[in-house]
Amino acid sequence: MDFALSDEQKMCTAVFRDFAEKEVAPTAEHTDQEETPPTALLAKAAAQGFLGATVPEQYGGAGMDYFTYILLVEQLAKHCLSTATTIGIHTMLSAMTIVDGGSQAVKQNYLPRLAAGELGTFALSEPEAGSDPGALQTRAVRVHDHYRLDGVKAWVSNAGPAGVHVVVALTDPRARHHGLSAFVVDAQTPGIFLGQREPTLGLRGMDLRTVYFEDCRVPAENLLGEVNHGWALVQRAFQRVRLSLAAAGLGAAEGALALGVRFATERRQFGVPIAQKQAIQNYVADCAVEIEALRHLVHYTAWQADQGQDYEASASMAKYLGARVARDTANKMLQVHGGYGFSDEYAISRIYRDVRALRLLGGTDEIQRFAVARDLFEPEGLALQP
Amino acid sequence: MLREFCEQELKPRAKEVDRTGRQVPALLRWMGELGFFGIPFDQKYGGAGAGEVGYCILMQELNRACPSTATIIGAHIGIAAMSLYLDGSEALKQKYLPDLCAGRTIGAFGLTEPNAGSDAAGIQLRATLEADAYCLNGQKLWITNGPIADVVMVLAVTDPSLGARGGATCFVVEANTPGFAAGQPERKMGLHGSPTSLLNFDAVRVPKANVLGEVGLGFVTFMKTLDIGRVSLGAATLGGAEEALEASLRWVKARSQFGRAIAHMQSVQFMLADMATEIEALRALVYRTAWLVDNGQPFVKEAGMCKLLGSETASRCIDRALQIHGALGISREFALERGWRDARIAEIFEGTNEIQRIVIAGELLHERGVRIRP
Repeated sequence: MDFALSDEQKMCTAVFRDFAEKEVAPTAEHTDQEETPPTALLAKAAAQGFLGATVPEQYGGAGMDYFTYILLVEQLAKHCLSTATTIGIHTMLSAMTIVDGGSQAVKQNYLPRLAAGELGTFALSEPEAGSDPGALQTRAVRVHDHYRLDGVKAWVSNAGPAGVHVVVALTDPRARHHGLSAFVVDAQTPGIFLGQREPTLGLRGMDLRTVYFEDCRVPAENLLGEVNHGWALVQRAFQRVRLSLAAAGLGAAEGALALGVRFATERRQFGVPIAQKQAIQNYVADCAVEIEALRHLVHYTAWQADQGQDYEASASMAKYLGARVARDTANKMLQVHGGYGFSDEYAISRIYRDVRALRLLGGTDEIQRFAVARDLFEPEGLALQP
Repeated sequence: MLREFCEQELKPRAKEVDRTGRQVPALLRWMGELGFFGIPFDQKYGGAGAGEVGYCILMQELNRACPSTATIIGAHIGIAAMSLYLDGSEALKQKYLPDLCAGRTIGAFGLTEPNAGSDAAGIQLRATLEADAYCLNGQKLWITNGPIADVVMVLAVTDPSLGARGGATCFVVEANTPGFAAGQPERKMGLHGSPTSLLNFDAVRVPKANVLGEVGLGFVTFMKTLDIGRVSLGAATLGGAEEALEASLRWVKARSQFGRAIAHMQSVQFMLADMATEIEALRALVYRTAWLVDNGQPFVKEAGMCKLLGSETASRCIDRALQIHGALGISREFALERGWRDARIAEIFEGTNEIQRIVIAGELLHERGVRIRP
């Protein structure tokens, strides 16, 4: 049993922190205002190997384990949640699904591009299928040496600038989500149409759109994994992204707490820094306690993933707790800022807007709790229905 | 009629008000002509004499439809005109109230300063008597209606040796007085249509006749005004929470997942139940407190509770509604996202919720012989 980071992990953290402070922090407000992904920043991140963080080195990636990866996400999210989630979805959902299910040729073709900075998506949700994968309707029909994709995907992150889409579609509609297959699709493929950028409350630096597939022809070799076995790929992708979002929640909460502590130190009322008020001390203390609990759960979940253990339940717990802690911390630290917290001039209001999406993205709070409960009742011989 | 006006005239424009950052002045004048602004005041000043209960109904309905507009009117009537109504001389009331009630002029209430937020007694804006007029120098910060106000009630220090308690005086300042300047509207997370700005006073000369109440007792007038304002702010938050519940009830019937309307999910049902329960508790508290005000009974503790419970209830209810709406909840195409951004400031302005807790605790302990300091 050893809770300390290894020397290598400490060194990586220092590199990540340095990048986050020097490159991410100065761009965060601009990214939010421009409501567009930080292209120049993402290119710098790619040059550091961060866009292929967990991709094996033989495919141009940095070959990080999950534990190192979550240390990266945490540092990025301290300063810009949009950047952390853009990279998280790109890496955990898009690139790693290709690592998971791609043939040798597919991996050699697409992974170096993703690691070099072309953004990837994971097109799963649909207008009528958010929490419920059984309601998916996008079809993939085999025609000779290719599949023909038809359907509408909603809330696709990174869609606008993407070079590569990972698309989940029904190859056997009667089997519902057990008839799903996943495909890697070049963004240039004819038959892909992008909707308008979705204007959102927070995470404005993440490019969210509806993507339409109309007679989009994908080579049969771009199938990821086996036909009709896409659901297993999706579930593993969910586990990875939940771990990533949990780490993002941790970083965002730490960033918010640091802002609150600094403000409470500098702001004087009633003749003293407001940090001298017990009400403020309690807010800060409660947030610190929750953040430490979250950190240990996130670390443990990443460790499980690296050990090759089943970490599905831990990932759901960590994602749920991460979203809650980030929200509570941003909310309390905004309150510490008083009227300044409502001003766009102070970063805390952006963080407060940004973290709200964490309770919806990658499975809502309700879905995470269902997943946790389902695991508890399974040994009792009871299969929970959503 | 009020509900109809809000549904037909305010609600459809609320998105545009948020996007452009301004409410159309003609609409405000129209509301004045309809008599909305005089609701709490005596008929001899152009009011409707409907008291605090009537005013709470107004704020509840306005905030359901358009929180930015409700905030403009809350500052205009609930605190600016109210301070004049409470403590102004008959002459001052006759001079300013009819125009404020009719919407011919818009009011603002200037208390907060860069170094005096929760610590309102820490104000530094100076007023020095020079012959028949006071000369005002200093700044006010975060003033609702600052950029659009014609008349501003300003608290200034007249006797620095006494400070706010005994040395602060309230003035009625016309915005066209030389030396008075409002800053650009602040960029805020929400309430985009309710302009908030800095007010700069550079040797602004205010006639002695425009002293509101007595010299040295301005802090009392301001605190008394804020006490009443907290009741109607509670009513406004009630309207926001109700709107969130209504939107949720419509959505859970329309949205299906896992083969049935999400109304059949207990996670959703329990959120709805909690919202409705908190809303009814808030309604009872707000209207009981408004009744206390109208019947001349003590209400300071209850007013603090209205603001505290109301702002937190509204934030919680709107947050639950957003969760129920899933990803659509965070889309700026829908009203809920705006409601979520708009609601948060109610936990902060007109006395942060921490200050409300201090007020409530102060009243509780004062009844038992203990005086507390913030």
